[in-house]
Amino acid sequence: MIDFFKRLFGPSDSGATAKQRLQLVLMTDHLALAPEMIDAMKRELVEVISRYVEVDREKVEVDFERHDHALAMMANVPILGVARPSERAPEPLEPAQPVAAQPAAAGAPPLQQRKRRKKAQRAPA
Amino acid sequence: MSTRRIVVTSGKGGVGKTTTTANLGAALAKRGHRVVLVDADIGLRNLDLVLGLEKRIVFDIVEVAEGRCQLRQALIKDKRFDSLAILPAAQTREKEAITAEQFAAVIAGLDEFADFVLIDCPAGIETGFRNAVAGAKEALVVTTPEVSAIRDADRVIGKLLEVPMPISLIVNRLRPEMVRSGDMLAVEDVCEVLNATLVGVVPDDEEIIDTTNRGEPIVLDESNRLRTIYDKIARRLEGEDIPITSFEKPTFFKRLIGAITTG
Repeated sequence: MIDFFKRLFGPSDSGATAKQRLQLVLMTDHLALAPEMIDAMKRELVEVISRYVEVDREKVEVDFERHDHALAMMANVPILGVARPSERAPEPLEPAQPVAAQPAAAGAPPLQQRKRRKKAQRAPA
Repeated sequence: MSTRRIVVTSGKGGVGKTTTTANLGAALAKRGHRVVLVDADIGLRNLDLVLGLEKRIVFDIVEVAEGRCQLRQALIKDKRFDSLAILPAAQTREKEAITAEQFAAVIAGLDEFADFVLIDCPAGIETGFRNAVAGAKEALVVTTPEVSAIRDADRVIGKLLEVPMPISLIVNRLRPEMVRSGDMLAVEDVCEVLNATLVGVVPDDEEIIDTTNRGEPIVLDESNRLRTIYDKIARRLEGEDIPITSFEKPTFFKRLIGAITTG
């Protein structure tokens, strides 16, 4: 009877385990083979974060680590300064999309420039 | 019709590249095509042995590349077929004895002799692989449903996509009963993981060892179960749309039945 349940519920499902392990290892393999893509992703990641906080771009570290069932991206992003919630002006996440009302937002302008603009926006309030 | 130059490759060794090349080549020849099989494994010649032609070799591909003989002289005709020949590898030379350019030039010279040129690629992704791929316009990736073979196949597919060239996949040595019990990756899983177009599934069969021992292609053995499988792969390569026999994954119900019947 125990044999019956063993056969019914497992552990004989190593095929599924094989598939899961392969998907993970191939993802890691492909990442290791695409350094340009990882560099680009790192750049864009910093770009997005720095819309909200001021980060130390020189010291950003991005690594990939394997955990039991998934691949995890570990990013270490040192923050130099945090804007108060009222200062956070939501901006379009996709800089490539032109926004008619805020032409300056397109193309992710440097931090300094954006700060000045935010102050100007706040002044009348 | 322009000559199809197909490299048979896998990354990992021992998954059945040479057996696939020999039997698929024989199947294509049986269907009336002019076929030349090229052994690209310089230093580790085996295609001749699998086809039972080992005693008839005079010249090899390196000698053709070096201009020591005519391409025509190096081709060994398989007398059991009207239109099958092999171009043997050199056995006592290094892989570096031939460059990718030389290899590609020899393969291009086969156009006048063949409708299909199948290049049996050595294992690995180094010189031998690069040479074999340099001569090809399309690729047939052979894998078995095992993690190591699939990972290597993935690496090879990545290399082939850089060339680029069309890629088809053969899943070799599948054991349907193990797939049904959940102990082996199913064909659909292999295809999903590798994201490749499937052109054939060859079940594991002891008879292949028997035919290889005797140096006889499977398509000549009318009673062999695998004969129709290679014939169908040949027809799919011709462009015919033939459904692939599915070796389905186990459902809970099937496992229940299995547990009852074997328990």
